[in-house]
Amino acid sequence: MRLEYFQMIDRVASLDGEAIVVESTIPDASPVFEGHFPGYPLMPGVLLVETMAQASGWLLLKLMSFERMPFLMGVKEAKFRSFVGPSTPVTVHAMRIHDGSGYAVTQARIEANGKRICDAELTLRIMDFPAPELAAAMRGRGQELGLA
Amino acid sequence: MASSFDRIADIIAENSEVPRDKILPDSHVINDLGIDSLDFLDIVFAIDKAFGIKVPVEAWTQEVNAGNAPAEQYFVMKNLAARIDELVAAKGG
Repeated sequence: MRLEYFQMIDRVASLDGEAIVVESTIPDASPVFEGHFPGYPLMPGVLLVETMAQASGWLLLKLMSFERMPFLMGVKEAKFRSFVGPSTPVTVHAMRIHDGSGYAVTQARIEANGKRICDAELTLRIMDFPAPELAAAMRGRGQELGLA
Repeated sequence: MASSFDRIADIIAENSEVPRDKILPDSHVINDLGIDSLDFLDIVFAIDKAFGIKVPVEAWTQEVNAGNAPAEQYFVMKNLAARIDELVAAKGG
C-alpha cells in the first residue's frame, strides 16, 4: 500500500467469476499514522473503505474489460470490527452481488491474520472514462496487477 | 399481491425521505418527488431485486437526452410502473 497515493492494492491473489481476492500490506510508516493516532497508529476506517472500494473497482474493471470506470458512490452496512495497524498484511475480498444498469453493488471485507477487520456493501456508479489519461492509467496499473 | 405502482411507491418511501402518501400515479420521480441521483440508484437497486429484473436506466436516460422519448414516459410513477410490468413480462415473469 502507498497510502499517500491512494494505492491500496499490492497484488491480485485470485479472480474467480464475480469475485476477487487481493492482498496488500499496510505500510510500516506513513504521515497518516502521525495523526491517526499519535503514539497509537491505526489504519483509518475511511482508508479501509477505500481499500474495499478499490478491490471492488478492480473486479468491475476486469469484468468490463476496462471499457468503463467504476466510481464509489455509496457505502452501506460498514462495520469496523477490529483495529489494524502498520506492517500488517491484509486480504481483501470483493464480490459483485448485483450488475445494474449504470451501477454495480459489491460486498467486500478485509481480513488480517485470519480475523475479519471490516465489511461493507458498496455501490459503484459505472461511467464512461471521463478522461483518456484516466483510462490509460487504469489499464497500465491493471496490467501491473495482471488484470488488463 | 400489491400492484407494481404500490410496490414501487413503497420502495421509494423506504429509500428516500419522501412520505409514502405523497407518491401518486402522476408524480414525476425527480421533478415532483425530488429524488436525487444517489437515492434513485438505491431505488433502482431495490426495484431490480424486488422484481428480478434489470431496469435499463442508462438506455432510458440516453433516449430522453437524445430527444427520442419524453422523460415522463419513464419517470412519472404510473408510467414507470407500466415499464416495470413490461420488463417483468418480457423476462417471462
